Amino acid sequence: MSAHPLLDIVEKACLKTEDVPQFDIGDTVNVHTRILEGNKERIQVFSGVVIARSGSGCKEMFTVRRIVNNEGVERKFPIHSPRIALVEVTRSAVVRRAKLYYLRDRVGKATRLRERRRDVAKGAKS
Amino acid sequence: MSVNAPTAGILGRKVGMTQVFDESGSVVPVTVVQAGPCHVLQVRTLDRDGYEAVQIGFLDKPRRLASRSERGHVAKLESKRSKKRAEGGVESPVKAGCEPKRLVREFRATAAGFAGGVEVGGEITVASLEGVARVDVTSTSKGRGFSGAMRRHNFAGQRATHGVKKCHRHMGGTGCSTYPGRVFKGKKMAGQYGAARTTVRNQKLVAVDTENNLLLVRGAIPGHKGTFVVVRTANMLK
Repeated sequence: MSAHPLLDIVEKACLKTEDVPQFDIGDTVNVHTRILEGNKERIQVFSGVVIARSGSGCKEMFTVRRIVNNEGVERKFPIHSPRIALVEVTRSAVVRRAKLYYLRDRVGKATRLRERRRDVAKGAKS
Repeated sequence: MSVNAPTAGILGRKVGMTQVFDESGSVVPVTVVQAGPCHVLQVRTLDRDGYEAVQIGFLDKPRRLASRSERGHVAKLESKRSKKRAEGGVESPVKAGCEPKRLVREFRATAAGFAGGVEVGGEITVASLEGVARVDVTSTSKGRGFSGAMRRHNFAGQRATHGVKKCHRHMGGTGCSTYPGRVFKGKKMAGQYGAARTTVRNQKLVAVDTENNLLLVRGAIPGHKGTFVVVRTANMLK
């Protein structure tokens, strides 16, 4: 629910109805973004760890962090953007925070997250 | 730059801001305006009124709150005067035949050239703004009360240190000394800020939702949520 029922109508129209990306905080993901070069479309992949999700509805964003040439790089994507073609989860991790900003202060081995086995987690829930 | 009469316009209320994706997938910040349907209450003509305009009203006003003149403006009322005028052969003007309206505004346009041709009693919906690229939006800006020169006129204020004493947010000097010996009129000073009629021009009209009577205007428009706004086609296209 947003501030006004009429705003909901506008925002609902912007939501993805199918293929809404499913992932959790701490997941290592490959984000496939559509990029228009001239009039040719190609897919660019940005892979890294999801360290935050913010906002709600059509304003929901997620932050992906990776290390490029020893330099931390973060990109924020709108979840419902039509430019996001696919978010594939390659690895899940056990995390105890909704925001993994502490990873920014860590380098090297310390940035590793404890892996969570998908099937084990599912079994534990049921 | 040319100034034109609006080819279409509508009254509405500001709902709030959100964001949508455009066809290329970019995020566009938009203000949602709930606009219309509006009734055409009166058409001003050159012969009778000395100028041409279309008067439209938005939102029904409860009859108990409307004055008799407001009710008589939108529908025919029986009165001694109207009877006498009818007997005297004076033709009474055409009435819209709708409920009294909360917001009544005029657009300086001819009835034929406004929203594809209108007549008294007709309805104007957001559909009349379909295909319009840019609009001007007029409303009352948020009131900020008595504000200092820094907030009101973006003055820089004074320094935090270096001997500045108790006047860090002051406006500074107001002019020269013996000559002219006075402060010029229009000098920017502290005072009432906001709650004034404000227009933002050439805002892009992102989308028109005829089903829910909504307009999506790119960017911000003046005023608080729920404020009444006047939307018209941009009249100073660059």
